[in-house]
Amino acid sequence: MSATEKIYFYPVWLRIWHGFNALGIIALIFTGISMQSSIESAQVVGFNMVVNIHNIAGVGVTLSYFVYFIGNMITPNGKYYIIKPQGFLKKPMIYIIVMYMAVPIVIITGIALLFPEIIIEKVYTFSGVFVTAILHSSMGFFISIFLVIHIYIASIGKSPLENFKSIINGWHHVH
Amino acid sequence: MNPYYILDTVAMTAGVHKQFDCTDCHSSEYGSYPHLANLKLEPLSTCLDCHGGDESFAKYQFERIDEEFKKSVHYKEYGDNFSCSKCHSQHTYKATARTSDNVLEIVDYSNKMCLSCHNDMKKFKMVSGHDNPKLVQVHDWLPNQELHFQHVRCIECHTEVLDSLMVSHDILSKDKALRKCVECHSANSRLKASLYKYQNLQKRAENGDLNTVLANESYIIGTHQSPILKLASIVIFLLTLVGIVIHSVFRILKKK
Repeated sequence: MSATEKIYFYPVWLRIWHGFNALGIIALIFTGISMQSSIESAQVVGFNMVVNIHNIAGVGVTLSYFVYFIGNMITPNGKYYIIKPQGFLKKPMIYIIVMYMAVPIVIITGIALLFPEIIIEKVYTFSGVFVTAILHSSMGFFISIFLVIHIYIASIGKSPLENFKSIINGWHHVH
Repeated sequence: MNPYYILDTVAMTAGVHKQFDCTDCHSSEYGSYPHLANLKLEPLSTCLDCHGGDESFAKYQFERIDEEFKKSVHYKEYGDNFSCSKCHSQHTYKATARTSDNVLEIVDYSNKMCLSCHNDMKKFKMVSGHDNPKLVQVHDWLPNQELHFQHVRCIECHTEVLDSLMVSHDILSKDKALRKCVECHSANSRLKASLYKYQNLQKRAENGDLNTVLANESYIIGTHQSPILKLASIVIFLLTLVGIVIHSVFRILKKK
């Protein structure tokens, strides 16, 4: 194959989903960090506003996760997320962990924190709310770290910007 | 016989004044039964008559409580008619905040004192002369109202919190009540200076070790309460950045 050959790699639904998801997750990370250090951030955007943005973005990303999940079932995109015995520890593994473990945990604990009355009062000697909140923020943190790595890995292409162009226009250079 | 005139003796023997006989405080004429009707009008000692200026009660800071109470909306409206016993039944009172190791129990006991009037239409009107504002509607702005009512005391938002006093008695008028989420849902939560400061509860010091943090049942959403996790997150984030920088350097070197 010649170095200039292009293939249509990312279908429209995937690119729209990716863009929507990206905006949602960035909003969640910034508002999440801001809520953790609420006093300091209160001066910039009100705490209540930050909580509202976080809740709305959380619901949006949850819905988008279902779109992604269904999309992966009915389109060939899902094949990138099937665990094969060979190459178990290669790069896609982190994507599988994030999308099928970290994100569902964040969604479930996030819904629980939105309706704290449904949380179990006690998990052994720990407060149920505490365990839920710690799970939520640590998984959220894990996803934030993933995002940093994800963006960096995306810069490893023919040129640093190539993959970013692909996820916008759908066309990918084949080397 | 009027059931309201009979004391709950079981509650009395669980209360702080359990060791007293009725006639220690009441007229000796109560020794005979049926009691004379006019005994109801006998002058009684106030709390400070016994507790004020006494070294053995110094740790309870009765004088300071009195000072703070005199600033409160209860005193301003009703003066000396609003006695301690309006909230703290001298017959059955228990010092729950000092003795209980359960936050929910402290909250419940404390809130019931407020609610005995503020959630009782007849009693409230009898004292105040006007209708009782409906608590659920008044607190409509508060998310998860029921959980808040179970987990924090009314006085958390309705008093001037004082670090030096066990329970703040300066009950504020409603326009001065706290309405800011961050006052509690933040790293230096107001609750640390009030509800969670009691030594009988588990300590939640800022630098406490992970176990005390994990075992704490009084977690407030949205606060840094685990310094170890906070530190770990900063370290992991920096390591990620370092990894990326090292990788980039090798990429650039490889290209040359």
